[in-house]
Amino acid sequence: MPRTELKEKFIEFLLKASAFISIFTTIGILYVLLSESTDFFKEVSIVEFLTDKQWTPLFTEKHYGILPLLSGTLLTSFIAVLIAVPIGLSIAVYLNEYSPKKIRKILKPTLEVLAAIPTVVYGYFALMVVTPFLQLFIPSLSGFNALSPGIVMGIMIIPLVASLSEDALYAIPYSLREASYGMGATKLQTVFRVLIPSASSGIIVSIILAISRAFGETMIVAIAAGQQPNFTFNPLVPIETITTYIVQVSLGDVVQGSIEYKTIYAAGIALFVLTFILNNISYYIRKKYQKYQL
Amino acid sequence: MQSKISAKEVNVYYGSNHVIKHVSLDIFSNEVVAFIGPSGCGKSTFLRLLNRMNDFIESFRMEGQIFIDNEDIYDKKINVEELRKKVGMVFQKPNPFPKSIYENVVYGLRIQGIKNKKQLDEVVERTLKQVGIWEEVKDKLNQSALALSGGQQQRVCIARTLAVEPSVVLMDEPTSALDPISTATIEELIYHLKKDYTIVIVTHNMQQAGRVSDRTAFFYMGELVEFSDTKELFTNPKVDLTQKYITGRFG
Amino acid sequence: MISNSVKINRFKDRIFKWYGLLSTTIGVVILFVFLYTIIKEGWDRLNWQFFTSLPSRRPSSAGILVPLLGTFWIMILTTIIAVPIGVAAAIYLEEYGKKDKFASFIEVNIANLAGVPSIIYGLLALEIFVRIMGLGRSLLSGAFTLSLLILPIVIVSTREALKSVPKTIREASYALGATKWKTIWNAVLPSAAGGILTGVILAISRAIGETAPLVVIGAMLYITTIPTHPLDDFSVLPIQIYNWLSRPQKGFIENATAAIIVLLAITFILNGIAIYLRNKWQNKVKW
Repeated sequence: MPRTELKEKFIEFLLKASAFISIFTTIGILYVLLSESTDFFKEVSIVEFLTDKQWTPLFTEKHYGILPLLSGTLLTSFIAVLIAVPIGLSIAVYLNEYSPKKIRKILKPTLEVLAAIPTVVYGYFALMVVTPFLQLFIPSLSGFNALSPGIVMGIMIIPLVASLSEDALYAIPYSLREASYGMGATKLQTVFRVLIPSASSGIIVSIILAISRAFGETMIVAIAAGQQPNFTFNPLVPIETITTYIVQVSLGDVVQGSIEYKTIYAAGIALFVLTFILNNISYYIRKKYQKYQL
Repeated sequence: MQSKISAKEVNVYYGSNHVIKHVSLDIFSNEVVAFIGPSGCGKSTFLRLLNRMNDFIESFRMEGQIFIDNEDIYDKKINVEELRKKVGMVFQKPNPFPKSIYENVVYGLRIQGIKNKKQLDEVVERTLKQVGIWEEVKDKLNQSALALSGGQQQRVCIARTLAVEPSVVLMDEPTSALDPISTATIEELIYHLKKDYTIVIVTHNMQQAGRVSDRTAFFYMGELVEFSDTKELFTNPKVDLTQKYITGRFG
Repeated sequence: MISNSVKINRFKDRIFKWYGLLSTTIGVVILFVFLYTIIKEGWDRLNWQFFTSLPSRRPSSAGILVPLLGTFWIMILTTIIAVPIGVAAAIYLEEYGKKDKFASFIEVNIANLAGVPSIIYGLLALEIFVRIMGLGRSLLSGAFTLSLLILPIVIVSTREALKSVPKTIREASYALGATKWKTIWNAVLPSAAGGILTGVILAISRAIGETAPLVVIGAMLYITTIPTHPLDDFSVLPIQIYNWLSRPQKGFIENATAAIIVLLAITFILNGIAIYLRNKWQNKVKW
């Protein structure tokens, strides 16, 4: 029956076309970022973009140095990772090796709830709860600062680190644990000498993805970090991240096609390159260690 | 007598593995043929040749010819879906769809586009009666087939196969996942189905082959060692290897 | 007789156990502090007037009618756009293109897209949907943007669900004379439906919480008309929350808190449904 066959082929074509949309999306992103930022780089040299220590495209005296935005992004992300990785990893170890089944059954879904909360809500929390709380101990902390959104971002990323690390620990065959216990090791010794080293590639993947996630986070910093591009690593003062700058411009009345408008694409491509590199490193580590898994 | 299924010089390869070697055999209408042999001997592979279920295996390659009703089923012009309607199959583990009993049975008809409710109802009743489970399930046809016991599930799966009106039914160790009582009912069922269908059954259980089949084929390392009347094969095997296998000296 | 070092090790082990429990509880405690603060600050503001009023320059007469309807519109439009495409793409990758190079290229590509920051999707949409396609700052622009954003999630979770359908189900269908597509449509998809639905709901829940990409396409307007058409301008709850949070008056902060309660309620309901479906499906279907 050639008619059935024709129908089968047609459906396969439709399915394939749907899969193609993801390719178009990538091409679209690259095209848009490159074409708009090429225009930008015709007016601003890449050297200035990468080395100027000021970012003031919206002022009369314009400077186009990405460093202040980059330092803001790195600073908040560093704080976030500092919070998320140790806690997330401890949770993974605890849930996998220590916790009674009952506790695990309650705690795991509750942690997943943390991952489902919209980021704008975290932003509120950073601005209205965490900053005033921290000011009790650090009086010099500004109302807008890098510390508080960094911490809250870290809390937001905990479930990501925990679940990826847990998967990595879970994949270790039980025989390895038995081998360690069989030689008289305690749980803690087994965790640190056998399990974490064996799961290291998975744990590294979780850390890289946490960093990438923090780089791209927008709303928390837009709400609580202050939108001031300061080239500083002081967590107590207002800063601005790459993402926040894009939001800031989008909120204003910037004429499409103007140099100000193009700056958000220049900032966007900087962000894209950073996260793209991190994501690919993690993807290849994951592929590689999947291959050698038992 | 005209043979229903006729295999001529069949060779099968999975990649460079030669898994069926020069097998020729004939099966006649309305007989039950059992394939026995140790695991890995090729009996399941051969069974799956008959409805072309091996086509899904990537490295599968076949030489030789298989005729069903005088049609070369590996000919390019053959419509595989039509072939599979004619040659039904029951699997090792009961594999009902996660749908109601009713929808399981009419699945094959639905995908042919049959929507007539009366016709479907009739088929459900007829086939469930054929497999002897109608009385047990007639009041819960809309319940999930997954809620049934293993033996009941397997009978629904057989009814599902019969619903598309095949003339050949292939059974791949149909009772290996069932308890002894369910096994007995399935065996009895096979005996009753014989008058309407040609049945080929793979079994690892020699007693079962003895109970249900008219003729038995013994496979070993991809070769057809011996193929004769079941009684004959079990009481008076011609080949030394068969003798050794049925007396349990290997396998 | 137990040596000293063994004792010390056991002690360390016990300490670590408590430390682990503490770490795990921290997340839970923070969650409850969150919820407590928000409910304490915003609960009183949740009255009928709040749900039925248009935006206003006076906090006490402002309401969330427009963004709430916008959120529902976005939810529906995004589902309509993203689900068929995402499920179709997943079927292709899982059932058809298993071994070909093109499929593995798409797979790397999807993994990459999943990691692209959401704000970048906003930049893409601003150029493509808002300007080149001329959809403006409409609901449709927003829905397309969020659809692209959640496509990787829909695809990955659908693939997982398809993967979990045992081979025997496919074989049963083929053996009854079904073609490949009929097998997928009639046997595989119904068997995977629970898993697919769970993934889709989680993806939609993610979409309605998104703010940044919609800010970039310019949805942060002062809109006083109810959206009735996919090409209407719109606002959504997260954007309204952000808007109110950036105003200095205390009344607006209270409004933001109350709107957060509504947004969280929608998010939690969706997640609850997803978890319920996942459990029900896992219990029911034991292959």
